[in-house]
Amino acid sequence: MTGNILFNVIVFLTSAIICVYIAKRLGLSSVLGYLLAGVLIGPYVLGFIGEEGEDILHFAEFGVVMMLFLIGLEIEPKNFWNMRKTILGMGGIQVVGTILLSYFLFMFFGYESNVSLVISMAVALSSTAIALQTIKEKGLMATTFGTSAFSILLFQDIIVIFMLGAIPLLSNAKNAPIEKSVGHGNLLDGLPFGFQTLAIILSVASIIVAGRYLIVPILRKVARTGVRELLIASAFLIVFSISLLMEYVGLSPALGAFLGGVVLSNSQFKHELESTLEPFKDLLLGLFFMAVGASINFVIISKIPLTIGGLLIIIILLKAFVLFITGRIFKLKFDQKLMLTFGLAQIGEFAFVVLSFAFQLNILNQEQMDIMLVVTALSMSITPMVSAFNERILLPKIGTKESIKRPMDHIAKSHKIILVGFGHFGSTVGRFLRSHGIEATILDHNSNRVDFLRKMGFEVYYGDATRKDLLESAGIAEAKILICAIDNMDVTKKVTKLVKENYPHVELMVRAKNRDAAYDLLNMGIENIYRETLDTSLALAKDTLSKMGFRKYTLNRQVKNFIKYDEDSLRRLATEPKQDKNFIFKARKELEEQERLLNADLERGVVIYDDLWDSEQIRKTLEKQQKNNTAQNK
Amino acid sequence: MKKVLILFSHPTFEKSRANAILVEHVKNKEGVTFHDLYEEYPDFHINVSFEKKLLTEHDVIIWHHPFYWYNCPPLMKQWIDMVLEFNWAYGPNGTALESKTCLNVITTGGTKELYCSEGSNSYTVDEFLRPFEQTANLCLMNYLPPFLVMGTHKLTEEELEAYGNKYSELIDTLQNKKTNSIEHGVT
Repeated sequence: MTGNILFNVIVFLTSAIICVYIAKRLGLSSVLGYLLAGVLIGPYVLGFIGEEGEDILHFAEFGVVMMLFLIGLEIEPKNFWNMRKTILGMGGIQVVGTILLSYFLFMFFGYESNVSLVISMAVALSSTAIALQTIKEKGLMATTFGTSAFSILLFQDIIVIFMLGAIPLLSNAKNAPIEKSVGHGNLLDGLPFGFQTLAIILSVASIIVAGRYLIVPILRKVARTGVRELLIASAFLIVFSISLLMEYVGLSPALGAFLGGVVLSNSQFKHELESTLEPFKDLLLGLFFMAVGASINFVIISKIPLTIGGLLIIIILLKAFVLFITGRIFKLKFDQKLMLTFGLAQIGEFAFVVLSFAFQLNILNQEQMDIMLVVTALSMSITPMVSAFNERILLPKIGTKESIKRPMDHIAKSHKIILVGFGHFGSTVGRFLRSHGIEATILDHNSNRVDFLRKMGFEVYYGDATRKDLLESAGIAEAKILICAIDNMDVTKKVTKLVKENYPHVELMVRAKNRDAAYDLLNMGIENIYRETLDTSLALAKDTLSKMGFRKYTLNRQVKNFIKYDEDSLRRLATEPKQDKNFIFKARKELEEQERLLNADLERGVVIYDDLWDSEQIRKTLEKQQKNNTAQNK
Repeated sequence: MKKVLILFSHPTFEKSRANAILVEHVKNKEGVTFHDLYEEYPDFHINVSFEKKLLTEHDVIIWHHPFYWYNCPPLMKQWIDMVLEFNWAYGPNGTALESKTCLNVITTGGTKELYCSEGSNSYTVDEFLRPFEQTANLCLMNYLPPFLVMGTHKLTEEELEAYGNKYSELIDTLQNKKTNSIEHGVT
């Protein structure tokens, strides 16, 4: 048995590593890699996993729960409250619209009315796991598309509770006895509706109260012990307890976890919880996607490929249509609307729950159930591909265009500067350049910003700067300098590597987040590196010393000396080999680095003052001379 | 051939018509190091050891600057304060600059007529340059009379070109001939 489990684990991990690696190398989302891995090890290809696939799916749903907990941590209660209109409005329109349309569709196909309704409910739900993971991976959470998608998904998480409550009412009277044996059960079954509602409200309230007055004090005690694994244990305990409580009262665990996250988002443990749970969440989500991949029933597909394919396309089109309308009503910009349309057009993991519940209640027969499960799994699997199609092929042509034609400005063209990234850092750079009449060509991946900048008369290209063709169309061939002001250092490295290898004539000016990033850039052979923390922190230190009575001009000169010294040591230390650089636990690595720097400071002496404007030395020398003279005179 | 170091100090070089032409005539000459102080030290943080090394490597030191309030621009003064160190440039053991040649190359807006006891500036440029002369003396250098381009506001392009050629010839002379016999000045 143990051997069996070990073998399964090895199969999962191996396939995941291989497939995700390949997907990433091809520039695709990791979700697609996991799904593919699932298909490969599933019962129809290699057959490593069979029946247990469904259990794994249930287990891996904790990944979704954790993801929502983590998302909750990012959203402060105040912001959550501000989102209520989008959640109810967009979510409501999307769910109701989809259910109505799909209900008529399935009625038209000749299904019974209760069957149509159940299927429509399942269809209305999108995949939180796939959509949010993709959004986070691409760093689009802060865009209108990100928040809209999130609002809709959250609404679905809430509405699924009511769906599960309503489904038993749809079951035919003759099947009533079976219902009891199903035992989807929670503690509240059989209680009057009023009590159930009360219990739900109470449990939500208890999460909020416990978060404030129980969890935070416990975490504080745990943190004081300094034992790291205790914190991991506590983080898991929180998520699991909330999930269990939610399941007891019949709410979605994901929703509960989200609430728990929101409650804890104001606490000082926010970042520790995040960094603790993040890797587990990613692994569990990976497992979840693999389980979805493995659950695709290829036997049914081969039997009735046309029905399945047709249904899949019709459902995705239908969902996309409703999402598009929703985006339109809420006045999303065109390309944000398209991203929403394609991002949420799949049927989500909750559909598995709804469908199998309805199957247990004999509302659906085996065939309907199988078909819908396959369509659901397939729709989740093709989402990453549909999104990629949208991003690579559709969006560059419509919506916020990659580039717009402007009359050529020949002076600007001959001293061409490309500025990548126009956030807080890049915009300051761009403004200063512009105040000198130097118009940089800007590349940015935030479409709202791009439109705004174009209105301001900047030449802006929209899209991913790691794409060679985009750099080409921005005119990198004639560019003199490329300024890389990107926040994300991984992207920065990709861009600089690309430019350095393909356009060696372009001088690179690169923003570095910190020392570590600067090391990497130095080792890549980049000369002009600007650490964003160096000047600011020294300015603060300078002002602090000034408040303690040090003279400002002297401090000014010492800051200049320090910067020079630090730059020199940066260049020196960058060439030293760092063992296992990528594997050392990050926090420890940073500490070691600090230690190295402080030791170097110590060797250098606290402060070296030069003798400039210093009369001490002159006085001493003159004194000595005088003594010699008097000695001679004697 | 003697090596010449031009220490050029101009806070707004890009706006100076006269200096653009003067510099153009000399900066690429063989054996001449043109050192643009405001470009090198925009924050006045002078690299003293580098400057000292430069000085030891050259035989002729030229302080080339516009005349601001009868003096050099502040970075030039900062350079003098920081680089000419006690016991290096002057003082009991300060012999690093001994017997090098030193002079000012100066542009003034006012004409020569303004710089005399009857003019509005009351004194001649040479008189205003006493501190520089004494600085050179204390550092055991041979101080030569300044090369002056005066009344720059009224000079035509051709006249400035002529001054540029003269500046270049002066450097030729400094490089090849015995320097203490040179007589120059403005005609």
